[in-house]
Amino acid sequence: MNKILFSAVSKKFVMALAGLFLLLFLPVHLGINLMLLKDDPQPFNSAAHFMATFPLVKVVEILLFLTILIHVVYGITLQIQNWLSRPVRYEVSNRSETSAFSKFMIWTGGSVLIFLIIHFFNFYFIKLGLVEGDPENFYSIAWQLFTFPGYVILYWVCFILLGFHLFHALQSAFQTLGLKNDFWTPVIRGLALIYAIVLPLGFAVIPLVIWLFK
Amino acid sequence: MPDMKLKLKIWRQKNAKTKGSFVSYDLDNVSPDMSFLEMLDALNKRLVEAGKEPVAFDHDCREGICGSCGMYINGYPHGPVPGLTTCHLAMRYFNDGDSITIEPWRAKAFPVIKDLIVDRSAFDRIQVAGGFISVTAGAAAEANAILVSKVKSDEAFDSAICIGCGACVASCKNASAMLFVSAKISQFALLPQGKVEAKARVRAMIREMDKQGFGNCSNTGACEAQCPKQIKLTNIARLNREYYKAY
Repeated sequence: MNKILFSAVSKKFVMALAGLFLLLFLPVHLGINLMLLKDDPQPFNSAAHFMATFPLVKVVEILLFLTILIHVVYGITLQIQNWLSRPVRYEVSNRSETSAFSKFMIWTGGSVLIFLIIHFFNFYFIKLGLVEGDPENFYSIAWQLFTFPGYVILYWVCFILLGFHLFHALQSAFQTLGLKNDFWTPVIRGLALIYAIVLPLGFAVIPLVIWLFK
Repeated sequence: MPDMKLKLKIWRQKNAKTKGSFVSYDLDNVSPDMSFLEMLDALNKRLVEAGKEPVAFDHDCREGICGSCGMYINGYPHGPVPGLTTCHLAMRYFNDGDSITIEPWRAKAFPVIKDLIVDRSAFDRIQVAGGFISVTAGAAAEANAILVSKVKSDEAFDSAICIGCGACVASCKNASAMLFVSAKISQFALLPQGKVEAKARVRAMIREMDKQGFGNCSNTGACEAQCPKQIKLTNIARLNREYYKAY
């Protein structure tokens, strides 16, 4: 059984499924975040309240955390195995023509994870009562964070890196699931490019608009 | 094109147990018509004449079909020209005065035996695990007894041309053997004769691949870019499908 669950192919399969599930969550989060652009804090706070209290969302939330955990643990395990599989490095770095973003998945993914932890301290832990703050007014917490230039720069950097991660991740996930052919591969590549630009840009534009126009 | 003078930096290692290092050699009178291996032959001739140990490297057919030769040249397995084995790499692709760094394949599963020669028997063990079809030995069967479409036959052939040189492992940042294994799986999976044992084959070959210490595929595509036989990544997707179907 262990050989099935932890074979080279199975681990990638689990990574791909977990990654695709996480991809579905991002547009939902972006949809809520865009409400930050309204002057009225009510819609954003209501949406945050709904996400924090609706029973079905609570179930999905557990699934989401479990998926993040699996994606991170499998990702780190795979990477360590990959490093160990070449104990002596080459004198001249590999110059083969490859997807540039694919080479740095552990680092782009790691940056997103660090941002996620900061994000938890800023919001989720307030909801849990572990960090001081008003869980019914995430709108003002978000606005306050966006007044710190350092935070906004970190926010942008992390979302650019998320874009790099997503561009390879989406294509790689479908290849791992066995979908690669002359018709679908260019379509998936195009969709991956659109997703990897539009989603991070959507998030990154919010603090910019608040800075410039609010 | 006049003869060239090259500066070679070659990995020298006495045997599997000793620590190796790079040694530099100046080589002149290199004809652009020579193959890369002939250039190394010329170097070895001079080394032998000077009473020194020649550089050990794998080679056999020198026609690009046996998969024996293979070295990592200036950051490229089999050198900088796509679709060529080292034996087919002509010296005209280099320039007079070039510095060329030559290394053995680097992977935990391919330990260095001597200089540029690595032990690629890990591939043999994967093949032994399932890279075959069980047929009754004897007279060759009638070729048209089982009909195979031209399209499928060509596809299977495109996979079967893998020569098992190991350039996929050498180029992969994870030292993954997925392109090799996927080609060996595909050449059978595409044909009716191979379907009979398809499930057992893919399970056994993946189990053996993991056991040999290769890394995991992260779909970077370096293997496809460096494969001298231009085996496609679609083989890896097929391998994945075959594996899921097997459970």
